[in-house]
Amino acid sequence: MSMINYAAREISCKIVYYGPGLGGKTTNLEHVYGRVQPNTRGKLISLATETERTLFFDFLPVDLGTIRGFKTRFHLYTVPGQVYYNASRKLILKSVDGIVFVADSQVERMEANQEAMQNLYENMLEYGYDLSTMPFVIQYNKRDLPNAAPLKELQAALNPGFEVFESQKQRIAPDPYHAGENLIEQIPTGEWVERAPYFEAVAVTGDGVFDTLKAVSKLVLKTLA
Amino acid sequence: MPVGAASWSFTEDDLGAIMRSLQQFLYDSNARCAMLVDRSGQLVATVGEQPRFDATSFATLTAADFSANDQLARLIGETEFSSLFHQGEQESMYLVDIARRVILVILFDNRTTLGLVRLKVKGTVEELARLFTAMFQRDRDSMHQPNILAGAEDEIDRLFQ
Repeated sequence: MSMINYAAREISCKIVYYGPGLGGKTTNLEHVYGRVQPNTRGKLISLATETERTLFFDFLPVDLGTIRGFKTRFHLYTVPGQVYYNASRKLILKSVDGIVFVADSQVERMEANQEAMQNLYENMLEYGYDLSTMPFVIQYNKRDLPNAAPLKELQAALNPGFEVFESQKQRIAPDPYHAGENLIEQIPTGEWVERAPYFEAVAVTGDGVFDTLKAVSKLVLKTLA
Repeated sequence: MPVGAASWSFTEDDLGAIMRSLQQFLYDSNARCAMLVDRSGQLVATVGEQPRFDATSFATLTAADFSANDQLARLIGETEFSSLFHQGEQESMYLVDIARRVILVILFDNRTTLGLVRLKVKGTVEELARLFTAMFQRDRDSMHQPNILAGAEDEIDRLFQ
C-alpha cells in the first residue's frame, strides 16, 4: 500500500524479498545497506534467531531519489524463508507494493524454490492480491556456484509466464534487460504469456542486487504514474 | 481482484486535522508522545515530545507487533485485539487500532496512568476513525485518485538509469 504524504512531499512504498530459506534475501538487503549513502538509508533491522536465520523479517528503508518534487522512500523487507514460519511470512506480505522472488540457483534447491513460489501465490491470493498484475521480479541468485542450474531450467520451472487474456495486451513486449528475449510473447501452443523480469545475481558480491532493486522500484512507481 | 494493496494519500489539511486531534489528546492525558503508523509500517505523524529513537524502525516494528497480535487473537477465537499495552519500568506504550488501517501509538511515563490514557483516547480514536474513513473514501473515488506521477514515466526511467 503506497502512501503519498503531500505534507512532507514523500511517496512511501513497500517491497518484499521472498524466496526459499538460505537463498540470499537478507544478503541482498545487507548489500544495499552497505553500498548506499548513509544519508539515504535508515537502520537495517533484523529480527533473527541466534544463528542469524530470519525469524520475522529484516527491514531497510532507502530513498531512491526525487520525482516531481516527491521523495521516493522504499521500505525493503525480507521474509523468513523456512517453511515453518509461514504465519509470520504471510504477515509481511500485507500491504505490499512490489515483490522480488530470490531463487537459489543450485540444482538441489529447485524443489525448495518451487515450494516457495507456490507458497507466495497462495499467500498473495489469501490477501486478494493478483501477482500476475503487480510489480514482480525474479532474481536467480548464486549464479557463481558450480552446481547452479542452467537459466533455461530455472525460467521454465519458476517463471513460465502468466497467460495473457486481454487482446490489447497480446503483443510482443521485448525484455528491456535481455536482448533478444521477450516478456510478453506467444508460445508454440498458441497462448500469449507474460513473464516476470528476471535477473542473475551473486548477492554476496553484490552482482545483480541493484539491478533487481531498481527494476522492481521502477515497476512500483509506474503503477502510480 | 485488486492488483495489490491500494495506495492512499493525505493532504496538509488532513495532517492538520490529525495533529490537532492528537495534540488535544496529549494535553488531556498527559502522555508524552503520540505516533500514527499505517498498517504497512509507515510513519504518518508524530505529536508531542520528539522521540530520540529511530522512528522509522519503531513504526515498522509497531505494525509487525500489531499484525502478529491480530493473528494471535484469531488463533484464540477473537476477531482482533483492538488495543495492546506494553508496560516498562519507566516508559509504557499503548497501541490502538483506528479504522483497521492505522495504529495509534501512545508513549507515556509515570506522569500519567494507563487508566487516564485509555479514558481520554476513546474520543480521539472515534474522531480519527472518522477522519481516516473519509480520507480512504476520497481515495476510492476516482476523481481524487493520487495521480501526481501521471505522465512521469520518462522521469521515472531517468531516475533509474
